Amino acid sequence: MSLLFNGRTGDNTTRRVGFFQRVFMGGINHLRQALASLGELWRSPLATFMTIGVLGLSITLPSTLYLMVKNTEKVTAGWEQAGEISLYLQSGTTEQQANQLLLAVSSMTSKIDSARLIAPDIALEEFEALSGLGDSLAYLDKNPLPYVLLITPKPQYLQPESAKRLLQELEQQSVVDFGKLDIEWLEKLYAIVSIAKDIVWIVAILLCVSVVLIIGNTIRLNILSQREEIAVMKLVGATDNFIRFPFLYTGFWYGFLGGLLAWMLVAFLLWWIQSGVENLAGLYQAEFTISGLDMQALGVILLISISLGLIGSLISVQKHIKEIEPS
Amino acid sequence: MIKFDRVSKTYLGGQQALQQVDFHIEPGEMAFLTGHSGAGKSTILKLISLMARPSVGNVLINGHNLNDIKLSQVPYIRRDIGMIFQSHQLLMDKTVFDNVALPLVIEGYSRKQIQKRVSAALDMVGLLHKIQQSPQALSGGEQQRVGIARAVVNRPPLLLADEPTGNLDPKLSMEIMRLFEDFNQAGVCVFVATHDLGLIARMKYRTLTIKQGRMIDDGLNDQNDPLSTLSDLHDPNLPPMTKLPPKYTL
Repeated sequence: MSLLFNGRTGDNTTRRVGFFQRVFMGGINHLRQALASLGELWRSPLATFMTIGVLGLSITLPSTLYLMVKNTEKVTAGWEQAGEISLYLQSGTTEQQANQLLLAVSSMTSKIDSARLIAPDIALEEFEALSGLGDSLAYLDKNPLPYVLLITPKPQYLQPESAKRLLQELEQQSVVDFGKLDIEWLEKLYAIVSIAKDIVWIVAILLCVSVVLIIGNTIRLNILSQREEIAVMKLVGATDNFIRFPFLYTGFWYGFLGGLLAWMLVAFLLWWIQSGVENLAGLYQAEFTISGLDMQALGVILLISISLGLIGSLISVQKHIKEIEPS
Repeated sequence: MIKFDRVSKTYLGGQQALQQVDFHIEPGEMAFLTGHSGAGKSTILKLISLMARPSVGNVLINGHNLNDIKLSQVPYIRRDIGMIFQSHQLLMDKTVFDNVALPLVIEGYSRKQIQKRVSAALDMVGLLHKIQQSPQALSGGEQQRVGIARAVVNRPPLLLADEPTGNLDPKLSMEIMRLFEDFNQAGVCVFVATHDLGLIARMKYRTLTIKQGRMIDDGLNDQNDPLSTLSDLHDPNLPPMTKLPPKYTL
């Protein structure tokens, strides 16, 4: 195409080529440029490796934290169903009163699955057996434990909100001192997990910004080191886009390789932690495997790191390639 | 082909490089632009190749006003102009082939076309046997010829040269000029800025002379010897010269 001279065309445009062939050739061209950029990275292995290392580590930290939080959630998700309400009766309640309450509560069949009364004597025995304080408990002159009513609500009353309402209703009953929902501690755990999640997000955002800045700066240095070459290319008629693409591909490769490294590092870290987690799970008579590092996670990590690489290089390229003009 | 219409150029900082420069170079013409260092030769070439824009006035190429050219169109303009520099502006870490091929790669020629045209261009400047060497291994004259091959490889209708013989001895300079003559005979409009008056004197071509940013002789007055006009002060109040240059055919 010539703006100044009508009819002056390069040989590239004189032959008519089909649309698909043009698209195909364009694709081949981009592939060639992408590989050329990769080759450029290969030519300075140390600098490339250091940049990719920084990127990989930056992405590893939030990825690992994220998987930890995800796994904690998975563990606690099963616990929610174990919701039970313990009603502690006033001290001095007679066995008759307690049984009356048991009957009253059991009759609320729409809300309650089952109810069980634990007499103070039985509770004390249980406590002796579990706590190992048997001998010292013998010094007590009278049993300090109250009657306890253990209530398992219907499944629809297991959610924190509705369980709380049921608890309030039960506390209205006579002779009840107070009730305890055994998901309260779960709520506290959830609160802690949600703070942890926030922290993961903050760390992730900060590190993603730093990845963008690192890639932006690396590409800036690349551009400046090729200042003369860029000026010559502009001199012989290269468009900004033509000059831009190799640098964008460099950013792409940084992101891709950094993401790959991050994935490998996360896999290594999880493998490392796994034995400790197994040990801990064993103490609770449970089996637990850290999960989440599957192909989908790899995809997400690569997608994020490649986007960050492209954003970083785009910022640099937009700013600096325009500045370089032949003189 | 190239027309300057009362062009003035003031650089940032107030340095006035050109004042009211008027000239016209016909299609297919070969012309020299001469003057002392700092007289404004490079500025004129920069205005043609859009490395600078005029402060006042119009520069036209083939009837198109360069003031109308948007920034994004500048690369396409430069593809129509072959440019040759004193410092030849070669990429020293690439081979001679890659250097000459650059304009074609940028325009998206096929591999086969590039191969063919680069070989042809290097053959024209007599450097086909050095196609795979690095420019660093070449002499100054050879480097300059590689620069010329790159400038003509996509067959631009217009060739600009800024002090192309600046670092060369008279014999090599003459060889370069003969190359330009060959291109001119093939129909290319050639415009050479040089302060090598001896070289110009040996070649009978139109010579424009610039002094302190003013065109003191646009070379259309044949009686004037370029060597003497350079020392004369042109009176801007004189009526414009009307004599036309010999017509060239493409």
